[in-house]
Amino acid sequence: MEKNYSLPADHDLFPEGVQRCSLMKFMGWLGFVGIFALWGLYAAFRVLSNGLGETAMDDYFGFGLWITFDLAVIALGAGAFFTGLLRYILNIDPLKNIINLTVIVGFICYSGAMLILVLDIGQPIRAWFGYWHANVHSMLTEVIFCITCYCIVLIIEYIPLIFEQKQLNRIPLLRHIAHNLHVMMPLFAGIGAFLSTFHQGSLGGMYGVLFARPYVYREGFFVWPWTFFLFVISAVASGPVFTVLIATIMEKFGGKKLVSWEIKSLMGKIAGAMLFVYLIFKFADTYAWINNVLPAAGLTFDQNFYSTIYGQWLLWTELGLCGVIPCIILLTPSLRNTPSLFYTAAVLDCIGITINRYVFTVQALAMPVMPFDSWETYNPNWAEWGACALILAYGAIVLSLSYRYLPVFPQERKLNATKA
Amino acid sequence: MEAKEFKVRWVMAIDIDKCTGCGACMVACQAENNLAPVEDASFKLRVMNWLVVYELSNKQPFPDHDIAYLPRPCMQCGNPPCVSVCPVIATDKNEEGGIVSQVTPRCIGCRYCMAACPYHARYFNWFDPSWPEGMEKVLTPDVSVRPRGVVEKCTFCHHRFMQAKDKAIVEGRDPEALNDGDYVTSCAEACPNGAIVFGDVNNPDHAVYELARSQYACRLLERLHADPQVYYISRREWVRRQLDNYLENEQVKG
Repeated sequence: MEKNYSLPADHDLFPEGVQRCSLMKFMGWLGFVGIFALWGLYAAFRVLSNGLGETAMDDYFGFGLWITFDLAVIALGAGAFFTGLLRYILNIDPLKNIINLTVIVGFICYSGAMLILVLDIGQPIRAWFGYWHANVHSMLTEVIFCITCYCIVLIIEYIPLIFEQKQLNRIPLLRHIAHNLHVMMPLFAGIGAFLSTFHQGSLGGMYGVLFARPYVYREGFFVWPWTFFLFVISAVASGPVFTVLIATIMEKFGGKKLVSWEIKSLMGKIAGAMLFVYLIFKFADTYAWINNVLPAAGLTFDQNFYSTIYGQWLLWTELGLCGVIPCIILLTPSLRNTPSLFYTAAVLDCIGITINRYVFTVQALAMPVMPFDSWETYNPNWAEWGACALILAYGAIVLSLSYRYLPVFPQERKLNATKA
Repeated sequence: MEAKEFKVRWVMAIDIDKCTGCGACMVACQAENNLAPVEDASFKLRVMNWLVVYELSNKQPFPDHDIAYLPRPCMQCGNPPCVSVCPVIATDKNEEGGIVSQVTPRCIGCRYCMAACPYHARYFNWFDPSWPEGMEKVLTPDVSVRPRGVVEKCTFCHHRFMQAKDKAIVEGRDPEALNDGDYVTSCAEACPNGAIVFGDVNNPDHAVYELARSQYACRLLERLHADPQVYYISRREWVRRQLDNYLENEQVKG
């Protein structure tokens, strides 16, 4: 058969019936992303060989950019478990058109977070102690168990997609494995939802149990502090729109429609509804914090904020600009179906959750609890940004490879039919 | 939240009115516990001092201005914020006497305990420890040198407790009922003014028994219910007010 030289050299590996850019262009993109990855790898090498002294963290800020980054990506990656729950357990069928992407994004977020944690702990070789010497009273133990188990679940959910690659799928064994994993997917979706819920919650609980840190301490509800539930709900309020934003960015880069507007709008509606629930609890929580937790600790509301860097503007931006406004947009059909407003709301939603994770991680530690102590400030250095860039680059590479070679978007052919 | 009960409860009583802020306690602690000097000591938030002396001020203009010095070791809390959060039980409160232990070989360096402690009494080893040439010869043999990447803190010179118990056993005495002065921390021993007193607060024969019950005694951030085992004594009301986040309308005790 005559070879068609107008097609990319690797076109045999593409999903059925789709078009991709030339291999050279793709390699150029990977090379561009690779620069950031190399920067991050160098930072990782320096940190692992010289210790955490390479970072800007100190004895006040034992938790810094990395933990903020971890908490943020894990919250934003919640689209995986929540969409899986809605698709496989609650049978919201249209979500099948975006579920593959949510799984990949979830996998990137969770595996990326684990990579960061390897750098973040002072003794990475002892990481397994979390299992061996587990302290059942520590929220961090729950985090360790859930993050690793859920990461395994995400790998299991990702595998059938890889095996559905056009060439791999011709191998009967792999095809059968993929098929059977698909059949069992509701089970994994259920396990994933369970694990991720507890993981998200434990991340919040980690702060809520710090009874000597009034900025984050919260009263208990059953065995968990309020923050356990706030973190879960805020994650599911932002994860779905984060997935939509990723899909939209991929559409802009690839110049193709990948997910229909109806699906995006549905994801936005789901996120908006969850954001509404979250805001009710968050405002109630903030009110209770100001009127109960702080007076009990001998503190006033104003004492929890400092200058511009840790000012009240963070709280109002998180709750108002990045909370109430996106909630209104996402819940109002006419506003939600205006793309510019929809995407603005999605971005604000994600920023709001990131601010929330930031203040819980950094501001909580900056706030002096001893009356004669002073506010300290923290500014992450190149090594910390580098490690974050490594994870972002890693995510971009995984997404790029998945998009090019795997059947991620079931609607892609149909949406681009006229164009082709 | 309930604090664990111990038959013996080692307590430090620090008379703030006697403290001149000379720093002898810090130096003694540094030498006794093999704290490696850090390369850049100008970065105060990475300097390794298990015991820090804070300067307090009443913030009044002259001639009413007054200052006080507050040495701050680990509070060895009865209900420690740090213990329950550690994922690997590297820190615990099981030792008789209520000393919060820190098991270096088990610590994974997650720094969650540091986040939990409002007293900033825990320190992370940011770099490999190194001593100026020759200084390694004067390291305390009973105190392990901690590696990079773990959290450490004041142990109330726990090795001295072990020595005191061993001595009592050799002398045929009950190691669980040490006499006042059998076991003292290096900071208490080094304090030139006798501002730091150490002993068993449950034993009426120990000086701290009375000191901890003084009307002028209070504890740092007592209202957070961490139940510290360090008592501060000051006859100055403004000092006591500063120890526990008193709100303006609240009456200070003592």
